[in-house]
Amino acid sequence: MAIAATGRPRKGGEAVRLQAIVWRMPWLRATLLLIPPLGWFVLVYLASLVLLLVTAFWTIDTFTAEILQVWNLDNFRVIFTEATYRNIIWRTVALAALVTATDAVLAFPFAYYMARVASRRVQTILFAAVLLPLWASYLARVYAWILILNHSGLLNWSLLSIGLPPAEIGYTNVAMWVVFAYIWLPFMIIPTYAALERVPESLLEAAADLGARRWRTLRDVVLPLALPGVVAGSIFTFSLTLGDYITPILIGGAGGQGARDFLGGSVFIGNVVYSNVGIANNVPFAAALATIPVGIMAVYLLAAKRLGAFEAL
Amino acid sequence: MSEIEAGSVGFRRLAIVAAAALVAVAACGGNTTGGSTSKPPPTANIKPPTSVGAGEGQLNLIAWEGYVDTSWTKPFTAKTGCKVSPKYAGTSDEMFTLMADGGGGQWDMVSASGNASIRLIYAGDVKPMNPDLIPDWPNFQTYFKAPPYNTISGIHYGISLQWGPNVLLYNTKKFPTAPTSWSVIYDKGLSGLITAYGDPMTIADAALYLAKAKPDLGIKDPYELTQKQFDAAIALLKEQKPLIKKYWGGAADEIALFQNGDVMVGAAWPYQTIQLKLAKAPVADTIPSEGATGWGDTWMLATKAPHPNCAYLWTQWVSTPVVQAEQALYFGETPVNTKACAQMEVQSPGSCAQYHADAPGSYFDTIKFWKTPIADCGNGSLTCVPYEKWQSAWTEITG
Repeated sequence: MAIAATGRPRKGGEAVRLQAIVWRMPWLRATLLLIPPLGWFVLVYLASLVLLLVTAFWTIDTFTAEILQVWNLDNFRVIFTEATYRNIIWRTVALAALVTATDAVLAFPFAYYMARVASRRVQTILFAAVLLPLWASYLARVYAWILILNHSGLLNWSLLSIGLPPAEIGYTNVAMWVVFAYIWLPFMIIPTYAALERVPESLLEAAADLGARRWRTLRDVVLPLALPGVVAGSIFTFSLTLGDYITPILIGGAGGQGARDFLGGSVFIGNVVYSNVGIANNVPFAAALATIPVGIMAVYLLAAKRLGAFEAL
Repeated sequence: MSEIEAGSVGFRRLAIVAAAALVAVAACGGNTTGGSTSKPPPTANIKPPTSVGAGEGQLNLIAWEGYVDTSWTKPFTAKTGCKVSPKYAGTSDEMFTLMADGGGGQWDMVSASGNASIRLIYAGDVKPMNPDLIPDWPNFQTYFKAPPYNTISGIHYGISLQWGPNVLLYNTKKFPTAPTSWSVIYDKGLSGLITAYGDPMTIADAALYLAKAKPDLGIKDPYELTQKQFDAAIALLKEQKPLIKKYWGGAADEIALFQNGDVMVGAAWPYQTIQLKLAKAPVADTIPSEGATGWGDTWMLATKAPHPNCAYLWTQWVSTPVVQAEQALYFGETPVNTKACAQMEVQSPGSCAQYHADAPGSYFDTIKFWKTPIADCGNGSLTCVPYEKWQSAWTEITG
C-alpha cells in the first residue's frame, strides 16, 4: 500500500483515497470482505434450498410426466393425509431419536473415561480407536454388519455355539438401530469428550469440599456442564440418521419380522425421495417430502441452541 | 470383484427403470394424436444406407458400463481403424439427455434399454438402421430381429444386442424339484424366506402371476393394467409383504441373502444364479408356468451421427458370435445371436444353457419384456394405470 502511494503518485493517490473511505466506513469494509463468501453461500446453498421449496408447490402431469408450474398444495396434502407417508416420517424420526439416545448413553461413560480418568497415553489410543472406523468407507462398515447379523452370520453362530437360540435380527429394524448407533457413535463421543474435558477441576473439588458424593457431583455438576456437548453430538447423530437412505436399503427388511420390526418396515424419508427423483421422476413430490427433514432439523437446532449446544461445538 | 460387478449390475438394472415415467412422453406423443390415429416417429422416412463405406476413424458411444470393454474394442479398432470413445451413462434418463438433438452431432450410438429406446425413437433422436448390413442378423433369435422396443411398423430403429429374463431363483435344499408356479413367492408357508425386487416393476410380476391365477381379471399385458387389475396386483403384493424377508435393491444384496440362507426363494436375474452357483451355493433358477418378465437392450444410431460407417462396422462387430458371447459372459446376460451359444461354451462350458442362450423360439412367448406402463392401454383408450401411479403404489406397499 505504501509502495503504491509513494512509487506511483497519481494512481497511488486514488488508492489512498479509497483506503481512507473504507477506513472511515467500517461497514463498507465488512461488506466488501463478506460479499464473496456470502454470495457463494447464497448462490450455492440457499438458492438450491429455495428451488427445492418452490418445486414442492408444483406438480407433474401424470400423463406426460412433465413438471407443471401450477401452484398447489397437493404434494403436502398427500404427505400429511396418507397413512403411508405419515408412517414413514414417524419411523424416520423415531429411529433417529432412538439412535441419538442410544449413542448418548454409550458415549457418555466412554467420553468421561477418556477426558477425566485415562492417562495421556491411553487417551491418545482411545482417540485413535474412536476415529479409526471413520477411515473406512461407510458402505464397507455396513456390509461388515450384514456379515455379523445375517442368518449364518457371526452373531447367530456364536449364539448357537453356546446353546442359545439364534437372534435372527438381520434385515430388521433392530439391525438398523444397531448399525446406525455404531456408525454415528464417534460423532457423539467427540463433542461429549470436549465438553467433559472443559469441566474445571476446581468445581469438582468445590463439590467435594461441600460434601457432595460422587454421584451427586456427577448429577449436579458434571452432567449439566456436559449437556451442551451431548446436545451438540445429538445434532450429528439425529440429522445423519434422519437423512440416511443407504443403511435402510442395505440392512433394513420388509417389516414383517414381528417385534424385531417394531417400526414396521425400513423405508425412510430419504428412500422415498430417492425413488421419486431417480425412478418415478416426480421431482415436485420428492421436493415436498425433502422439506420435512429440513423443518424437523430447524426445530431441533432451535432447541439445541437453547441448550447451549453451539457454544460446545 | 464379483461384489463390485454385482453392485454395478444391480445399479444398472435399477437405472433401466429409472427413466420409465418419462418414456410416457414419447410413447404417448406417438400413439395418440386426437385419440385414435398413430403418428409415425419423426425419423421414420429417413432411408438407411444400403452399403457400409470405409470407417471414419472414430466412434463415439453412449453405453452401459461393461458394454464397451477393451477385450472387444481393441481387436475392433485394429480391424477397422475406428477408435472407440465410450461415455458411460448410469441411467436411462442420462442416456436420453445425452442423446438430445439426435446426439448433437457428437454421439454416434447408444446402447438403449427397452424403455429408453421407445422414447428415443419418438423424440427423433435415433434413425432407422438397415439390418441387411449386419451379416449376423439372420442368425438372431426371431424375436430379437424385430422386438416391439426397437421396431415400429416394420422399421428397425436399431439392432438388438442382449437380453435377460427375471427368473425365479430358489434354494435347491428347500425345493428339491423346481417350483412350477410363481405362487411360491406368495406362499404363507414360506414366511420370512422370500425376497422380491425392491422396484415398482415387481407389480408387473404380480400381474403376470394373476393373469393365470385369476383369469377372470382379464390381464393380457402385465404393463397395461386397468385400475381393477392394478388394484388386484397391489392387493396381492400387500398380502405378500409380511412374508418378505427383504426387498433387494442390487444384485449383490440378493446374492448375499441366498448365500447366507436368509431367504429360500425370490425373483432374480440369471446373473445372481450364476454368481451363486460359482460360490457353490445350493441354488437354481426356473421360469415358472406363468412365464416371466425380462429386459432387452439395443444399439441405436444417432440421427446426427458423425461417423455412421464406423457405427455400422461396430454393430456388425458386436453382433458376431464371439463378441456376443464375450459380452454376455462379462456382463451376465444373454446374446441375441443364436450362433453365440457355441462360443459361450468355448469360453465358459455350460454357460449357454445357464443363460438360456440356446432357448427355442417358444421360450420368448413366455417372456414379457419390460416396457413403461402408460395410461394408453394400447388401443387408444386412456384407462390404464400410468407408471407414476405404479411408483406411489409401490411406496404404499413397502413403506
